[in-house]
Amino acid sequence: MRIRTATLLVWCAAGLALADSPPGRPPVAPYEVAGLQTPATQIDRIVFDHLRKRGIQPAYPCSDAVFLRRAYIDVIGTLPTATEAAEFLADPSPNKRTALIDRLLQRPEFADYWAMKWGDVLRIKAEFPVNLWPNAVQAYYRWVWESVRDNKPYDRFCRELLTSSGSNFRVPPVNFYRAVQSKKPEGIAAAVALTFLCSRAEKWPKERLDGMAAFFSQVAYKSTYEWKEEIVFFDPDKPLSGRPIFPDGTEAKIPAGTDPREVFANWLISPKNPYFARAAVNRVWFWLMGRGIIHEPDDIRPDNPPSIPELLAYLEKEFVASGYDQKRLFRLILNSQVYQLSSIPASNHPDAETCFASYCVRRMDAEVLIDAICQITGTTERYQSPIPEPFTYIPETNRTITLADGSITSSFLELFGRPSRDSGTLSERINRISTEQRLHLLNSSHINRKITQGPKMVALARQGGTPEEVAKRLYLTFLSRYPTEEEIRRYTEYVSASVKPQEAFEDLAWTLVNSVEFLYRH
Amino acid sequence: MDREKRFWEKPISRRDALRYGFWSVAGLLLADRLLGQGQTQPAVPAASAAKTAGKAKAVIQVWLWGGPSHLDTFDPKPEAGYDYCGPFSKPIPTNVDGIFINELLVELAKCADKYSLIRSMTHGINGHETAAYLVQTGRPPGDQISWPCIGAVVSFFKGYNAGYKKMIPPYIVITQPQGRFSESGFLGSKYKPFATGGDPAKTPFTVEGIVAEGVTEERQLKRREFLASMNSFGSLIPGNPEVVLEAKAREEAYGLLLGEEGKIFDLTRETQEMRDRYGVNTLGQSCLVARRLVEIGVPYVTINSGGWDTHKQHFQAMRQKLPQLDKALAALIGDLHERGLLDTTVVWCCGEFGRTPKVDWSPPWNGGRNHFGAVFSCLVAGGGFKGGRVVGASDAKGETVKERPVYPCDLLGSIYELLGIDPDATLPHPTRTCYVTPRPEEGVKMGGRLKEIM
Repeated sequence: MRIRTATLLVWCAAGLALADSPPGRPPVAPYEVAGLQTPATQIDRIVFDHLRKRGIQPAYPCSDAVFLRRAYIDVIGTLPTATEAAEFLADPSPNKRTALIDRLLQRPEFADYWAMKWGDVLRIKAEFPVNLWPNAVQAYYRWVWESVRDNKPYDRFCRELLTSSGSNFRVPPVNFYRAVQSKKPEGIAAAVALTFLCSRAEKWPKERLDGMAAFFSQVAYKSTYEWKEEIVFFDPDKPLSGRPIFPDGTEAKIPAGTDPREVFANWLISPKNPYFARAAVNRVWFWLMGRGIIHEPDDIRPDNPPSIPELLAYLEKEFVASGYDQKRLFRLILNSQVYQLSSIPASNHPDAETCFASYCVRRMDAEVLIDAICQITGTTERYQSPIPEPFTYIPETNRTITLADGSITSSFLELFGRPSRDSGTLSERINRISTEQRLHLLNSSHINRKITQGPKMVALARQGGTPEEVAKRLYLTFLSRYPTEEEIRRYTEYVSASVKPQEAFEDLAWTLVNSVEFLYRH
Repeated sequence: MDREKRFWEKPISRRDALRYGFWSVAGLLLADRLLGQGQTQPAVPAASAAKTAGKAKAVIQVWLWGGPSHLDTFDPKPEAGYDYCGPFSKPIPTNVDGIFINELLVELAKCADKYSLIRSMTHGINGHETAAYLVQTGRPPGDQISWPCIGAVVSFFKGYNAGYKKMIPPYIVITQPQGRFSESGFLGSKYKPFATGGDPAKTPFTVEGIVAEGVTEERQLKRREFLASMNSFGSLIPGNPEVVLEAKAREEAYGLLLGEEGKIFDLTRETQEMRDRYGVNTLGQSCLVARRLVEIGVPYVTINSGGWDTHKQHFQAMRQKLPQLDKALAALIGDLHERGLLDTTVVWCCGEFGRTPKVDWSPPWNGGRNHFGAVFSCLVAGGGFKGGRVVGASDAKGETVKERPVYPCDLLGSIYELLGIDPDATLPHPTRTCYVTPRPEEGVKMGGRLKEIM
């Protein structure tokens, strides 16, 4: 009891600090609430302190409904079902947000979604220009998926990617050395710099890249009698391409017979190397918040400073101290009040967005969007591959976020900016809406048919009921919240002005799919 | 009701057997229009427009996917006998002395003065994919990069980079994309064609995204208003850049969906007489749509007409298909001419190759023709191509080129020249210098541009 009081006091102090200049308007229902019952975290103290100094007013906390939807989409790339939404909204527990975060981190979709994100970074695709080929894609993807599921410590994950040797089918992480556009030492070094240091080697002085390339100059490849099997190994007979120098400028000593990749990996993942953890936490922050503390998150360089240096330093320290525990890092960020801010800004300060004064509004990822539409309508998708893949089997019920291979795609994914996985840069994913996408959502037979004929839509329509009941059901399914009285009233009017009730139902479903609230993470 | 299957629904196979890949993207072409703003566009080389003063403004490519027989269309060989001609032994004269074509092409026979026939097209490739890629890019595959096809190149030089301002994309495929290769190649998705989907022979012609079946215009308007009134969250953050972009994209989409430009696909705006003139079938009505598109200034339209891969029952298929092709093509050329558009519109019609001149009467073919890349024919008209000429010739049995070989890059280079696109201009590629048409040092076979008919 005493402990609880203490916690409450800490929160009150932080709360007071925030409340000294409330937004000049009441919170907007159903998207915002006046205050949270969860205590402020260290992240909140750093960010709010920074905002106060800059004279930037943070947004209100987001409502439970907004938080629920946001957390599902951000953490597992999946919409909550109507049942999940109803249960969460009805749950009186003050700790329900924290409990939800813990549940989501244990869901299999967590591994699906983050294996997809890692697939982008690691360029997992069968075809040109990466040319991993289908068998290796499956092995590599599975390894990444299991690593995410098992919450493999990030340093170990990276070390395995960098130092493995063997068959691309049997030792999956060796595919890191195959999923590069150039297998020359400089090409590999550039891919390593981008992936693990989030730094663009093309902006480096030549000596730095040459020094790093030396660590990868004894990587060798050989084929076997099996189709597209390739052995990646350390070949001590190959000469080093130059003096191995770490990117921080110190020269490496490589004992005779030692794989220089091991020496590099030891330097990379050492807790004393500040670049490694910084790049990792900044990328996770970008993934969850929509903007890096250093932005672009994979273009870290001295003249691209962090917006809030103390925040980055804190996350780095916590990540290293936790033994590179990725789920713990997620928990740290997701439980913060900063993550749980409303997306309706309370300040028009030009730096409000870069300082995380409100949640960043962005269109759902292509894969997540089509999965969401399929989920609410009870429909599935078809995929294509540019080359014959007679042995690839994708069960009808598999979701798009589980596609292993960047070469297997659909016209929807292409249209909605799914990354090509050619370069591994995060900016390959384009979540900005276009006229073409808008046409597709407003009026394509693809989407129209899902809305009018999808089995779940048919079932929802059959349940019937008053316009209010119908609206509640659809809002909960599509937007994970109940409609406001105003929305119910408008729909009721719309129904009474419609000749066919079924058309009014379809039009509401169509409207909700086309709303900003549905299409955007908010 | 026979529900038209759009390309993403087309049962190419079950989802579990990913056999064919078609990179069909309904109009990725315009996808980057908004994105492009504020970004650096690949520069159109300044020399490209100036060097050649072409007068053609548009191209209609009638693509006979599968490869039509040259003997049974534009290069008849009645002297070669039944084993070569099958039942088509009586080619008919055209309105140009000395030019004979297949007996079923009666309408085309009346207007041979308006088109020329290339009877010595050649590349020697007998595989669909490779030949289709070669004929439409001008280059053999296998040099590590994927070249864009002519439609994407024209879209690059004549589309949004060159001041094209319409909402209708500058490169359109009726109705399905090529499928087996990426039309835009290294130019990227911005230059892919907008594939209409749907079937123009049906009413309405359900163009993907623009015309929805069963949704009346009245309901569209109602929905639009309802969406605006129910967009609760979006209206709370009107200044958010993402929301601004969304509203702009939505307005533009509605411009196509409800505005006058989108009506370009509405064939009920043509008289029944005009529709009948083209033939009320998919190919015929596709040609009519193509004419409507070039009329408003769309620079490149491909009509992707399948069904020409006639290994079996070849002659039965020809009896059904040739009259349709005849009517559609003759109507297209005649109609363009009457509207004064033929001078500025290139029409070219061929497939990826011809078919074996000698008929295979043995089972299981029982009168079929197979793939034949050694010789085939191509019809060209308008845009600066002279009419009433024959370029090159095949031998007495149509098995080899007898004179004046014409390679795909010669044809494409000629079309570029007519459009005022410098065939020696470069295309943007991250690491290589890529010329619009192959240069002598690239080692691609060429026989020279079609100066004799330009």
